[in-house]
Amino acid sequence: MNRHLLLFTTLVAMLFMTSCGPASSAESASDSQETYIENKGSDTIVNLALAWAEKYQGDHPNVRISVTGGGSGTGIASLINGTVDIANASRKIKSEEVDEAKSNGVDPVEHIISRDAIAVIVNPENPVSQLTLQQISDIYSGRIVNWQEVGGEDRPIVRLSRETNSGTHVYFLETVLRLGSKEDKTLFSMDTLLLPSSEGIIAEVRQNPNAIGYDGLGYVPKDLKMIAIAEEESGAYVLPSIPTVNDKTYPIARDLYMYTDGQPEGLLKEYLDWIMSDEAQEIVAELGFVPVN
Amino acid sequence: MEKSLNWREFIITRLIKASGYSAILFVALIFIFLVREGVPTFVEVDFKSLTNIRWYPIEDYFGILPLITGSLIVTIGATLVAVPFGIGTAVYISEIAPRWMREVLKPLVELLGGLPSVVLGFLGILVISPYVRVFLDLPTGLTALTGSLLLGGIAVPTVVSVAEDALDAVPRAYREGAWALGATRWQTIWRVTLPAAKSGVLTGVMLGIGRAIGETMTVMMVTGNAPVLALKLGSLFSPVRTMTATIAAEMGEVANGSTHYHVLFFIGMVLFLISLGVNVAASSMVFRAKKRAERILS
Amino acid sequence: MKRALALNRHLVQRIGFTGITLMAVFTVIPIVAVVIYILVQGGPAISGEFITGFPHDGMRAGGILPAIVGTLYLTLGTAVFSVPLGIAAAIYLSEYAADTPLTRTIRIAIINLAGIPSVVYGLFGLGLFVLFLKFGTSILAASLTLSIMTLPVIISTAEESLRSVPQGFRTVSISLGATRWQTIRRIVLKEALPGIITGVILGLERAAGETAPILFTGAAFFLPRLPHSPFDATMALPYHLFVISTQVPEMPIKIQYGTALVLLVFVLTMNLVATAIRSRARAKRQW
Repeated sequence: MNRHLLLFTTLVAMLFMTSCGPASSAESASDSQETYIENKGSDTIVNLALAWAEKYQGDHPNVRISVTGGGSGTGIASLINGTVDIANASRKIKSEEVDEAKSNGVDPVEHIISRDAIAVIVNPENPVSQLTLQQISDIYSGRIVNWQEVGGEDRPIVRLSRETNSGTHVYFLETVLRLGSKEDKTLFSMDTLLLPSSEGIIAEVRQNPNAIGYDGLGYVPKDLKMIAIAEEESGAYVLPSIPTVNDKTYPIARDLYMYTDGQPEGLLKEYLDWIMSDEAQEIVAELGFVPVN
Repeated sequence: MEKSLNWREFIITRLIKASGYSAILFVALIFIFLVREGVPTFVEVDFKSLTNIRWYPIEDYFGILPLITGSLIVTIGATLVAVPFGIGTAVYISEIAPRWMREVLKPLVELLGGLPSVVLGFLGILVISPYVRVFLDLPTGLTALTGSLLLGGIAVPTVVSVAEDALDAVPRAYREGAWALGATRWQTIWRVTLPAAKSGVLTGVMLGIGRAIGETMTVMMVTGNAPVLALKLGSLFSPVRTMTATIAAEMGEVANGSTHYHVLFFIGMVLFLISLGVNVAASSMVFRAKKRAERILS
Repeated sequence: MKRALALNRHLVQRIGFTGITLMAVFTVIPIVAVVIYILVQGGPAISGEFITGFPHDGMRAGGILPAIVGTLYLTLGTAVFSVPLGIAAAIYLSEYAADTPLTRTIRIAIINLAGIPSVVYGLFGLGLFVLFLKFGTSILAASLTLSIMTLPVIISTAEESLRSVPQGFRTVSISLGATRWQTIRRIVLKEALPGIITGVILGLERAAGETAPILFTGAAFFLPRLPHSPFDATMALPYHLFVISTQVPEMPIKIQYGTALVLLVFVLTMNLVATAIRSRARAKRQW
């Protein structure tokens, strides 16, 4: 009995000693003047937000920033519940969400922090290199089921998508499936795979020749094949890149947002101002997104 | 001295009694909470919509049938894997393996039960789903089958553990009697030992099924999460969406109190009731098995 | 004729035994294969820095200390709530409870708690601890959720241990004048302790490896510092593995396997310790 107790106590003591180890003492040294910023939401933005947080904290040790994903819907829900400072969203806040926020005493203020192209990707072995928006809409809504129908091999099309809580998903639904029309009620085909994250899509497209997927440009590794897209059959087929997003020749690009409760003040304002600075926007470009300026 | 001892004893006894009742308290609490947040579904979503075949909550399509069939088909698949392998391994460990091997195998199988589900899901995406796609020439390896294989693996240790205990508890006299009458060991296992351990083995199977139904992370990572109505046998080879994966994937995003929130809690309620059913059935078997064991071993 | 029948039976046995053995082999081999595979793939990532450092470069480099510490905190938190409650409940069931319908209801309740899907626990934890009691996404909320999930495991194994202590021990103690509680505390509990500890460790091992219950109650993607209070959210190994294997682009495969390996080692060590305690206790048993 005593031996077991001793072992247990030793383990507990060791545990507390690790938390007072060198790694955290640097962190907790400036505890008294620390500000904590909580950042949550879009999985598209999460890695960008993390890169920004790391850089900013490196230069401003008195500010601590935490970053979590979960989807645009998650971030906005948390902002409405009052549990985060910044909600990252890859889609605009919906009107129902604004109403919900107001009834909770929260006033969402929108900041555009970056731009993003949605790349449509296929397996490198897939001979198809270009599609029109209508074709992509037909593929994803289930009207086209075989690669042959768009000039490819005789293979069934496996459609990959982000989950419904993703802003990217909603954007794709509105802009590509419904071609921007508010009256259109087209939905994703029921057998579309809804993967909980970008990496799931990338992994599957990389090894499955039947697959087609979409995601933010920042998530597409160099070895995956991107489809050149034209708005109409007669138009030019364009690949996504910083120039084609900025001159609007690439048809599916969007703004990325951060929402705060009311106009930001103090250190939060400083952080958001820094995000719009050249230094931060350079990081945007490095990660494959499109800088705002 | 006596008085204070009695007083202390009294308090401790009361605390222990309260702890004993706590289990009921928690189950009731969980149920109440699920009901409280789930029942508004019936007010906000009409029944016809719930029995729809499309689940697309962001456009108010709340058809839960695809989710139920998804969970069902993955569980059935997992059972088909876990039962033969589980019972077979239990029989092997208990009746066929030499003593020394038993001591090695039992902990080894328990080890599998301890593997975190996220690790198995991780291996599922990277290793198993590509194989499934190539071997079976399917459009994608993210299917109900992949989920079933992994879930079967997760359920097997439970089945083996409980079944092996049950087989072990069958008195030696039963086996010796059969041998004395000229039966081979094989015949003894199937006609004497296994039937004698029937309720324990069945309990193991049911607990294993219970584990499979409730598994979340593994299925979310490998079944593709497509909300397709899975009614044909062939559905095993296509992607499906389970109830558990739906809750895990969508819960974070719902605004507190929205219709979607209520529907997700409703799904949680359904899961709770299903596992309640399985467990009440299993518990009555446990009860009977324990009674028999007590009679035999006392 | 009889000889033919006899050969037939033995042939059947041969085939049958081979089949069963193959089944056992096919069950065990994947387990070993999984462990070895993760060991081989993840081994190269393990270093002093990996275990004691913070993540860098969007978590693609550096270490996983906050996840390791987070899991330790969560496990500790779970132990704090579930161990005393669980053992007390087990004592009640083993030493005090009569075979009444109430007791049977309690047992059914325990079996039910054991069967509830982990994501439903997450849902419950979100509804009760995070939102209703306003603990927020915190170690506290996550630990409470995990504790309720761990309770049935601890109660069942602890009760079994207590029950296995021979009745004789108790009767002798009472006949010498001890009260019921004194008997329990000084004799029964002491004898049953190894079994109880085994159950506790196995229960905590499950809690350490679970992701779904902590998804909405306590887990965070990235925190710049270690948690300071139970009301902070925390990184945790299972959630970290989920995140880096599904959400971070260009994550070196070595780091993913390395994290899986650390989690595996954590869980397996607990398993081995519990098994060792159990065998030692069985050997030393005085009855």
